[in-house]
Amino acid sequence: MAESLPLVFEGVEKRFGQTVVLSGVDFSTEPGEFIVLVGPSGCGKSTLLRCVAGLETISRGRIMAGDRVLNHLPPQDRGVGMVFQSYALYPHMTVAQNLAFPLLVRKASTSEQERVVADVAAMLGLEPLLRRYPRQISGGQRQRVAIGRCLVRKPEIYCFDEPLSNLDAALRAQIRVDIKNLQRRLRKTTLYVTHDQVEAMTLADRIVVLDKGIVQQIGSPEELYTRPANRFVARFIGTPSMNLVRGQVAHGMFSSGELKVRVARPDGPLVLGVRVEDVQILGGPGAAEPGAGEDPVVVPARIAVIEPVGESGYLHLDVAGAALEGDVQPGAPGSGSRHLLVASVPGRAVFSYSLGQDVSIRLNPRRCRAFHPESGAALSVDSGGDA
Amino acid sequence: MKPRTWEVIVTHAILLLASAATLYPVLWVLKLALTEGGQLGSDASLIPIPSHPSMANFVAFVTVRDFNGNPLFLYQLGNSLLVSATAAFIGLVFALTSSYAYSRFVFTGRKAGPRLMLISQMFPAVVTAVPLLIILDALGLFGTTAGLVLIYATGAVPFCIWMLKGFFDTLPRELDESARLDGAGHWMIFTRIMLPLVRPGLAVTALFSFMTAWNEFIMASIFIDDATRYTLPVTLQQLVGGFDPDWGMFAAGSLLLSLPVVLVFYLVQRHLVAGLTSGAVKG
Repeated sequence: MAESLPLVFEGVEKRFGQTVVLSGVDFSTEPGEFIVLVGPSGCGKSTLLRCVAGLETISRGRIMAGDRVLNHLPPQDRGVGMVFQSYALYPHMTVAQNLAFPLLVRKASTSEQERVVADVAAMLGLEPLLRRYPRQISGGQRQRVAIGRCLVRKPEIYCFDEPLSNLDAALRAQIRVDIKNLQRRLRKTTLYVTHDQVEAMTLADRIVVLDKGIVQQIGSPEELYTRPANRFVARFIGTPSMNLVRGQVAHGMFSSGELKVRVARPDGPLVLGVRVEDVQILGGPGAAEPGAGEDPVVVPARIAVIEPVGESGYLHLDVAGAALEGDVQPGAPGSGSRHLLVASVPGRAVFSYSLGQDVSIRLNPRRCRAFHPESGAALSVDSGGDA
Repeated sequence: MKPRTWEVIVTHAILLLASAATLYPVLWVLKLALTEGGQLGSDASLIPIPSHPSMANFVAFVTVRDFNGNPLFLYQLGNSLLVSATAAFIGLVFALTSSYAYSRFVFTGRKAGPRLMLISQMFPAVVTAVPLLIILDALGLFGTTAGLVLIYATGAVPFCIWMLKGFFDTLPRELDESARLDGAGHWMIFTRIMLPLVRPGLAVTALFSFMTAWNEFIMASIFIDDATRYTLPVTLQQLVGGFDPDWGMFAAGSLLLSLPVVLVFYLVQRHLVAGLTSGAVKG
């Protein structure tokens, strides 16, 4: 198998009439890298994928595979394979015929078709299904056939457009692992679109976060989780998402109502971000003790909601006067309501708390992120010197 | 939930009543057809059961000959079949490619085209009789079967395009996109992917355009003036059009005329049930 090609985006812009769907998309991948595109609905992630596949033309900029400009190549000459959310299997053809279709189009000999189909079927465990029609197999099997048909084409670049969103949770987890393994084995550059946090975090070498057609941040899952570039990424990446508190800094102390934490920032308004695991419950069961030599700022809070989710749990805390920002993913456990601070509690400790209980909490000052109150861009909290 | 007894009774009563209302006139036609020399209005009884059933009307309709001894029924049946089938076939061939284009390609007139065709369907056919007569005369096709086929086929094309476009529109776009990525060109996508999937639609459209031509009377009566070239609806009209209307034979003829349609319906009903596309996308 040939060396994989990197994918390069240079100032890619896409408009539909007056509507700008993508603007200034500028990044390049390593050869064989697994890139996941995430973002809310309508952020342009699927459009970007379709531009790579050649199903849409771009309005400005260049898309290149290696040093080959793809812009004006027809889809079949781009060496791009795509797996659709809806599978897009040909319903009047058997699984074997579906797999063989790309070869049939290229007028491959019958023996070659049979050989390649057998190889791919073996790789994906599709042998028992070859004679069946798409309507006779399950959703997960259909998705595997769709992936198989993509493999048959031997593309240089793989595109997946929300391939798991029509599957149930258990199957999704399983095929997610299959895709990851397959990509590891093939080592081909892969673009994968999803709105699922877990898929993005588990699959990606790097994640590209898109919002309103603009790339918000590109980085490894860890980078995005620990050092979000702005408020949008902070709220979008991670389930539950980061607590964001609007408040004031005065003499190195951030405060929002009763909520206080030391922060190395100049005086003025600030949005403070803190992950749920960095809100420590003091004095309770499974509680963290303040580290030696630290000057703990302890904040009183009351438990308003308890959400046990199994391996951990979430406490929603009412801190008097604290101005918390709303959600980008309402509904998910621990995603919090408008005015509550969310803390995670490891293990079964969550069951030992009761509603209305008064607790003391402490934000881990080393893990707090600071964001500009207007632009939302991340600010440094290390030195406190920059603005 | 199991329906209650009174619900079942009421439902069935309504259904029976509706069926009776629909079937009653048909049964009268059947009685008329089976009564020798039967005349409209001469029968005062309410129940449409013939007192002396006889096949005489059917025999007479089928065996009638003209002055030259030509078996008119066979000629006319042949004409009707030929004209209707050819018109439906031509309509389909032209409509298939153009409806696919209207459904899938982006070009100027993509929206206006089908609308214009829809408008053309809104005028009663008679309005076009005079212009068509002039055109057929100029082409030297007046009074010929070919002329009639031409009229029916051109009438069928817009209808077929509308019908088939609707069917093509229901096929998910991902199918063509996937085929494009697989390397298939337009012709390949059309023949290998789209055509097999649109087969139910093809059957329905063929059936409707066949029936339209099969039942058509006005154009046939205007443009054909030779009894051996008549289509069956024209003959039917002639039976009751004069001073001595033969309603019994008319009834027999109309029943015979509806037989092929019933037969065709029966044959294609399998295709009328959609569901061939299930499994293409999602669950």
